[in-house]
Amino acid sequence: MENKQTALGHIGFSIFAWIVGLLIFFPIFWMVLTSFKTELEAVSIPPSFMSFDWTLENYAEVQARSDYFRFAMNSVILSVGSTLVGLLFAVPCAWAMAFNPTKRTKDALLWMLSTKMMPPVGVLVPIYLVFRDWGLLDTRFGLIMVLFLMNLPIMVWMLYTYFKEIPSDILEAARMDGATLPKEIIFVLLPMAVPGIASTMLLNIILAWNEAFWTLNLTTADAAPLTAFIASYSSPEGLFWAKLSAASTMAVAPILIIGWFSQKQLVRGLTFGAVK
Amino acid sequence: MKRVTGAALCALLAGGVAFSANAETKLTIATVNNGDMIRMQKLTDDFTSKNPDISLEWVTLEENTLRQRVTTDIATKGGQYDIMTIGTYEVPIWAEKGWLAPLDNLGADYDTDDIMPAIRSAVSNDGKLYAAPFYAESSMMMYRTDLFEKAGITINGRLTWDQTLDIAKKLHDPDNGVYGICLRGKAGWGENMALITTMGNAYGARLFDENWNPTFDSAEWKNALDMYVEILGKYGPPGATSNGFNENLSLFNSGKCGMWIDATVAASFVSNPKESTVADKVGFTEAPCAETCTGANWLWAWNLGIPTGSQKVEAAQKFIAWATSKDYLELVASKEGWANVPPGTRMSLYENPKYLEAAPFADETLLAIDSADPINSTMKPKPYVGVQFAAIPEFQGIGTTVGQQFSAALAGSSTVEDALASAQSSTDRTMRKAGYY
Repeated sequence: MENKQTALGHIGFSIFAWIVGLLIFFPIFWMVLTSFKTELEAVSIPPSFMSFDWTLENYAEVQARSDYFRFAMNSVILSVGSTLVGLLFAVPCAWAMAFNPTKRTKDALLWMLSTKMMPPVGVLVPIYLVFRDWGLLDTRFGLIMVLFLMNLPIMVWMLYTYFKEIPSDILEAARMDGATLPKEIIFVLLPMAVPGIASTMLLNIILAWNEAFWTLNLTTADAAPLTAFIASYSSPEGLFWAKLSAASTMAVAPILIIGWFSQKQLVRGLTFGAVK
Repeated sequence: MKRVTGAALCALLAGGVAFSANAETKLTIATVNNGDMIRMQKLTDDFTSKNPDISLEWVTLEENTLRQRVTTDIATKGGQYDIMTIGTYEVPIWAEKGWLAPLDNLGADYDTDDIMPAIRSAVSNDGKLYAAPFYAESSMMMYRTDLFEKAGITINGRLTWDQTLDIAKKLHDPDNGVYGICLRGKAGWGENMALITTMGNAYGARLFDENWNPTFDSAEWKNALDMYVEILGKYGPPGATSNGFNENLSLFNSGKCGMWIDATVAASFVSNPKESTVADKVGFTEAPCAETCTGANWLWAWNLGIPTGSQKVEAAQKFIAWATSKDYLELVASKEGWANVPPGTRMSLYENPKYLEAAPFADETLLAIDSADPINSTMKPKPYVGVQFAAIPEFQGIGTTVGQQFSAALAGSSTVEDALASAQSSTDRTMRKAGYY
């Protein structure tokens, strides 16, 4: 009887999870579907589900109008670059907070997170002026700096949570064996924290890939990533949904594929210590 | 030896880069994504072949993003763009602030006098041209000739809003998927406020009196907003508060609107059989009047201007002269047909029989643009420039706030009286803070 109830409960949860999953996935599915419609079909009411003339003309036009690979390459450089620079700062910072906490550590962590609460537009003009004076406007280096600083609080928080799970006795043992601080971090701490670091990296790559405020406001052509590529297909006057959907599909495809292949790592990292 | 060869290669490369940088002037152009602008991007080979020393880099952005982006850049003199696509709202404000370079070297054969007088005055300051219009639009009514015929309606002369209301009543047939009228309901200074301000002008209202006091507490505004809420609320499509230009365009093109009052540029979309299911059943007429016809239709143009922060003013003027010239219209016509040339900027286009034949909406467009005057657009005197906006920096914020209040009245979440009272007090507060009185 109990087994039957448990099985029913499992089925119920599975159905619920599937419904939630499908709800979340539906906009992406609709975007991909719309990208294969003509502009007229894309706005037709009631919308056609599968029974329309499938076309690749939107992809052809997007490809002809924009240099997709230049935008995509910038997205890769900015997201990976900002994540790697971020790790260089976040790992030592999280190490210090996790293994050598002071009475102000919690406050410092909260303060770091509070910087995320300010709307970015509030500091647009000062940052724009700094970029202008230092010649960083429309440069990949400048944007990597901004994206890394923007995501640093999240990286520190995530790594701090993972590092807290690692028993400090192991690090102490390494120290007893004569390991210096860099060796302790590189050869003892990092190998144990690989899942956490991997998921931090993946999440930050996704966040940097999707960032659409600074990447639009601080770039023009040379450093513009895929967010600028998408923004160029929204039109104030005229039908544009099909072309915009094609551009968006092309923009999210790489990160979606990376996410798909690394989903185990991502889920394991994100739920690391969650059930403790 | 390897080091020497490497150093020599580096020097050669560096020299090459320096040489090519010297030989070529790269113009960075910020623009919106619309059919005319995209067409221009495709045709730029014509310009670069005539000017091999100039190359072009296009930055196409969504309208609101573009506005935010170019405003930040020009206000901080960031120098990221050499040419910006800006509206008639920005030109007088930015010219006044000294942010735009005057266009005084467009070439002897540019023929500035051929630019429509209303548009020319909208992009000039102290008699100097600060931006060149690329395409311009006013507002007009597009209607379904088949539905008018079926209902026995004929149009004699310019309609009034009361007559439009009667027609909307007759055409409204939601059971068969046809709504009497489609109008902008989405809140925003360039969305519902563009239309409602022209309705206000028609009812004898104005945004500000001679002393910059807002006048939303006047009887004229009450009449205008009452009409807007009644006609769109009762005889418009459901969920009209989220409809802007594109939403109404798709409704009209799929045969769901009896009438639609919006930008003249829509005429080419609704009469294009590739985009519209009712392309052969569309008629065009002027936007309705009420107490007056003054200011009853708006005036807008997308223009090309040069920020003073640009180091390449000479090359930028060459490009602007090319893109807004009479020759450019001929070029578009030869490649894409006369119906696709950017409308509304040059008088000679409306004297061209080939264009008049290809564009059945040309007469109404010309009539609408010709009758819109940004200086004299209200029955009573006003201190501001602009038909559907006031060309002051505060208007974007005011227009959007007031637009939200009017949208709430349309949605039924507030009354017309409350919406107007809120509009009056919020605008009064903004103007007071800004030091107008």
